[in-house]
Amino acid sequence: MTKPRSSTARRDAAPRTMSGAAVILEALKDQGVEVIFGYPGGAVLPIYDEIFKQNAIRHILVRHEQAAVHAAEGYARSTGKVGCVLVTSGPGATNAVTGLTDALMDSIPLVCLTGQVPTHLIGNDAFQEADTTGITRPCTKHNYLVKQPEKLAEVMHEAFYVAAHGRPGPVVVDLPKDILFAECPYEGPENVEPKAYRPQVKGDSAAIERAVELIAKAKRPIFYGGGGLINAGPNASKMFTDLVRKVGAPATLTLMGLGAFPASDKRFLGMLGMHGTYEANMSMYECDVMVCIGARFDDRVTGRLDAFSPNSTKIHIDIDPSSINKNVAVDLPIIGDAASILEDMLKVWKSKGYRSNDKPLADWWGKIEAWRSKNCLAYSQTSQIIKPQHAIRRLFEKTQGMDCYITTEVGQHQMWAAQYYNFDEPNRWMTSGGLGTMGYGFPAAMGVQIAHPDALVVDISGEASFMMNMQELSTMIQYKLPVKAFIINNQWMGMVRQWQELIHGARYSESYSEALPDFVKLAEAFGGVGLRATALDELDDVIDEMIATPHPVLVDVCVTKDENCFPMIPSGAAHFEMLLGPNDHAEKPTSERGMVLV
Amino acid sequence: MTIREEEIQRHTIAVLVSNEPGVLARVIGLFSGRGYNIESLTVSEVDEINVRSRITIVTSGTPMVIEQIKAQLSRLVPVFDVHDLTLESPHVSREMALVKIRNDGEQRIEALRIADTFRARALDSTLESFVFELTGDTGKIDAFIDLMVALGEVEVSRTGVVAIARGHDLDMPVVRLNKARRRHKKAEPVK
Ligand SMILES: Cc1ncc(C[n+]2csc(CCOP(=O)(O)OP(=O)(O)O)c2C)c(N)n1
Ligand SMILES: [Mg+2]
Repeated sequence: MTKPRSSTARRDAAPRTMSGAAVILEALKDQGVEVIFGYPGGAVLPIYDEIFKQNAIRHILVRHEQAAVHAAEGYARSTGKVGCVLVTSGPGATNAVTGLTDALMDSIPLVCLTGQVPTHLIGNDAFQEADTTGITRPCTKHNYLVKQPEKLAEVMHEAFYVAAHGRPGPVVVDLPKDILFAECPYEGPENVEPKAYRPQVKGDSAAIERAVELIAKAKRPIFYGGGGLINAGPNASKMFTDLVRKVGAPATLTLMGLGAFPASDKRFLGMLGMHGTYEANMSMYECDVMVCIGARFDDRVTGRLDAFSPNSTKIHIDIDPSSINKNVAVDLPIIGDAASILEDMLKVWKSKGYRSNDKPLADWWGKIEAWRSKNCLAYSQTSQIIKPQHAIRRLFEKTQGMDCYITTEVGQHQMWAAQYYNFDEPNRWMTSGGLGTMGYGFPAAMGVQIAHPDALVVDISGEASFMMNMQELSTMIQYKLPVKAFIINNQWMGMVRQWQELIHGARYSESYSEALPDFVKLAEAFGGVGLRATALDELDDVIDEMIATPHPVLVDVCVTKDENCFPMIPSGAAHFEMLLGPNDHAEKPTSERGMVLV
Repeated sequence: MTIREEEIQRHTIAVLVSNEPGVLARVIGLFSGRGYNIESLTVSEVDEINVRSRITIVTSGTPMVIEQIKAQLSRLVPVFDVHDLTLESPHVSREMALVKIRNDGEQRIEALRIADTFRARALDSTLESFVFELTGDTGKIDAFIDLMVALGEVEVSRTGVVAIARGHDLDMPVVRLNKARRRHKKAEPVK
């Protein structure tokens, strides 16, 4: 992803030496890093000295290390570059763990530098010591503890290589303080490649030919794309779109994949899965050939596994061999980069002279249109009380055509955002999919805004999630980042309340958002702008004012308190057992098997 | 969650890794974190110059789980190569045990006789004890220990399984290129 800047001029010279801290800054520059999200502390002060001495790399001082990691995620997801984080030892590193886990689950390329006590104190329970490599081993793609000065430059470059290549992910480099002071040789990134790590990029050509033939002959095909399409770069989304259109098939996307296929295209069936559309899930159930690209048959997507798309031939394209046959046995796996494989598929489609299979596809589309006519995302905005769906729909309509990026928190508002805010391009939508981290969206929006200073960046938020990382408003004021938090305030942890209502006998245990702050005053206290919409006829004006305000804005959108998010496949249910609305529920209580699932 | 009822199989897997700090923790963490079984795990450096260790893991699971285990191992950054010896080829596997038995009288003589038929060597003896060294496949060692337990008080130390494919193919050759050449060598992609 990030192209290392070449420094050929220096190649033949003997390696320069400098302090470890200087090596780190040099390596960051050579890796093309422009911005680093961080928070200082004793163990990393030598690096802060080097930051102080230069202007090439911008440091953004966050207010909590978790937010630094989410900000770097937002930066990475909206640019396709590697995000970069710097935190101190001990609590700095442990605060970063949630963000690292989030990035691992969603395959986001990050390099996180953590301070560490000096090598001779490691293992002594020294002040602010934590076993950072031990703690982060299961929540990073890889991590390093640098104990030898001569290894530092190599490790730095390798960290960026590992983060960005293959299935992307977060990499931690743990840096004992004595290494930061030690004289270290510096080498550029040209010669550094991990010895063992060589992910496969190109797909097997015989398998690709077979896949294209299956697709060309399919009577009821469906394309099911995920975050891997986004990670493979904007070109992958273009080729995916091209292929779907050539085949004439329907396409659905996961929560992570939204934007990889234009939502405005009539072939788009919407998101699939637990809160996906009826037509997407029914098409998955009844298709005869399923083409999964860069998605992983996640439990939110498949519903009950033994009833998942029982009669289809499944093609699975993924860069990570461990995604193949993990949850669902597939018929034709192809390992490699989505962009490379899509390019090859398009070539085969052309060279073999395949045509869209018009006649059977017309029947297939007939079926799909019948499902579509259920209009599963319909809602009724009848009173003056704002419906959450409507608030998001209006936000979408009013921002259409603008240079706009959306992040979200986690809960009902997140699902409504996925349903009612439509994306025609990749890299415009940032949400915590795998880990489902409340508190992700606000700092992520900050990272997006850093990368795209002139764009409109909106965090579609819930009132409970917002309070998990609201301290970042202070960062936004400091750096004049005009991020907007569009808070869907239903005064409940709505998604929790919904599960309690539908599955736990309406025992609303500890899910009410008691003692909420006044979000308008809160914004003002930080030095931002607060707006509120309490009735339908205020909504549009408030959205307009939010868009027009060149400062950080918190918008308190007071919505219906007890709205549920539909459609819904309850845990443990199959695609065809979808609940379409509130009246659907009574007849189908959740199975015992479903109760234990999350 | 399994979608097919599949039978549990035991597999011996050989893994070539870069011998760097934390690599064993990574492998073991993978097994515990994802709920896979480890029946036996052995590790030692096999290539000093290129700093590579070979790990032999005996594990069990459904074919889908075994496939996952191999894929998960392969994607660890310091892993060079993974071979499923059970699936790929006939192989030989051995472990070694040191078995200390404390007994006396007739039972002591019987222990010695059995050790002889198992080709175990006595490495140490006192008037009331022996330490036997025994090499063989897991079944043979289990059988020997069972017999010893019937004849006295027993303490056991076992190495766990090491294994290698039969025949002339070198699945994971010890490469001894010098550093300058290694830099220009393009390694095979991890399978
Ligand atoms: C860090 C974290 N803690 C707990 C949860 C569990 N959880 C999922 S949604 C949710 C409620 C979110 O409430 P709110 O932000 O108000 O969003 P709403 O569902 O009301 O739109 C909770 C507690 C989580 N996803 N993340
Ligand atoms: Mg809420």
